[in-house]
Amino acid sequence: MNSSRRKFLRTAITSGIAATLPLSAFRLLSPAEVKASIGDDKVRWAFLVDIQKCVGCGFCVKACKLENEIPYDLPVSRTWVERYVVTKDGKSHIDSPNAGLDGFTSAKVRDEEIEPAEITKAFFVPKLCNQCEKPACVQVCPVGATYQTLDGVVLVDRKWCIGCGYCIMACPYGVRFFHPVYKTAEKCTFCYHRISKGLQSACVQACPFGARQLGNLQDHDDPVAQTIMTQRVGVLKAEYGTKPQVYYIGLDERVR
Amino acid sequence: MKNHAWRPLLVAIGAVALLLLVRANVVPSDFGVNGANFTYGFHRKGSIDDWKAVHVKYRGKEYCRECHEEKVVENLSSPHQIIECENCHGPAALHPDDPAKLTVDRSRELCLRCHAALPYPQSHRAEMPAIDPGEHNPGTACLDCHNPHNPILEAK
Repeated sequence: MNSSRRKFLRTAITSGIAATLPLSAFRLLSPAEVKASIGDDKVRWAFLVDIQKCVGCGFCVKACKLENEIPYDLPVSRTWVERYVVTKDGKSHIDSPNAGLDGFTSAKVRDEEIEPAEITKAFFVPKLCNQCEKPACVQVCPVGATYQTLDGVVLVDRKWCIGCGYCIMACPYGVRFFHPVYKTAEKCTFCYHRISKGLQSACVQACPFGARQLGNLQDHDDPVAQTIMTQRVGVLKAEYGTKPQVYYIGLDERVR
Repeated sequence: MKNHAWRPLLVAIGAVALLLLVRANVVPSDFGVNGANFTYGFHRKGSIDDWKAVHVKYRGKEYCRECHEEKVVENLSSPHQIIECENCHGPAALHPDDPAKLTVDRSRELCLRCHAALPYPQSHRAEMPAIDPGEHNPGTACLDCHNPHNPILEAK
C-alpha cells in the first residue's frame, strides 16, 4: 500500500468533515411529530369585543401596560381604545388620546368641539392583536423570532429578535411596535402568562362592563365560542386574508 | 483529478463544514419547527416558556378578599361591584410582601373615566350616571362626598 503525506491529509480532512456533520442537520421534523411532543391542540384562543358595552374608561389599557411592563408614560401600547364620533355631514371624527390610557373624559375630539345635536352615532372600539390564523407578521420574520403557538397565539422571542422591524410593517392592524427597553418587536400576547395558568387576560379582568372576553374556540361549550358561532360578529380587515381571531359585536363599517 | 481542481473543492467543502459547525453551536438545540408548520411555527421552543414565566401582577378581587374580606363584601353589594379593586388600588403583584403598600389613585380623573358626561346616545356610556366635570364641584375631590366602594352611600 503506497502512502503519502498528501493522501493522509486528504483522508484526514474528508473524514474530519464527515464527522462534524451531525445527522440531525439533515433531519426535518414533521409537524405531527412536533405537535405530539408539545401536545394540547385542544385550545384555540379567540377574543370577543362587544363595542356596544364599551364606555371608553381605558382601564383595560392601564391594566395591560402595568401587567406587561410596557413603559407607562411612553406613547406605546399593546392595546388601545379608539373613539368614533360620526356627524350628520357624514364625517368620522376618530381619536385615541394616549391609546385611551386615561379614558375619554372630554367631548372634544382632537381639540375639535362637536355639537351634540350634530352627532348621528358615537362609540368606542377597543383594539388589540388579532392573533391571526395566518399572521403576515410571522411570515416576514427573517430569523424565526416570531411565531404562532399551537393554541393560536403569536409571540415574539425577545432573545432571538434582531429588531429589523419587518413584522411591524407587515401587520395590517398596526398592533406591533418597538419595545423601548428591550429594543425588540413587541405585541399583545393575550397575556400568555395568565391564560396558560387559567387566568383571564389583564384587560379582560380589568373591564368592568364585560366588553372584552377571551375564550377557547375548540371548546364548544365556551360562552365566547358559542357567541362567535351563533351570533353576528365581524372581524377587522377580513380582505387581507389573515383570518383575524378578534371578533367584534356591533362593528361599524367605519372601523378599520 | 488534478490538484487545481481538488483544492478549491476542498476549500468549498471546508467552508460549508465550518458554517454547519458554527450553526450547530450558535443555534439553540430547541430551535426548529415547534408549531403547526414551518411557515408559522419555526422558532426556539424555550421562548414559549419564557412567556409563560412572566409574573402575574393583577391578582383579582378574590385575592384581595383573602385579607380584606370586609371591604370586598361591602363593595360586592354596590353598583361598583363590577370594578376590580386593582383598577383603582393598582396591581397587587406580590402584595403584602412586594409592594408592601399599594398606590391608590384617588384622583378626580380616575372617576371621570366613566362618569364624565359624553353625548353618545348609542354607546353604553350614555347610560352611566354622569356629570360635567367643569360644572360639578370643580376642583373638589370626588371622595370628599362619594364612597367609591359603595357609591350609594356618602363618604365616611
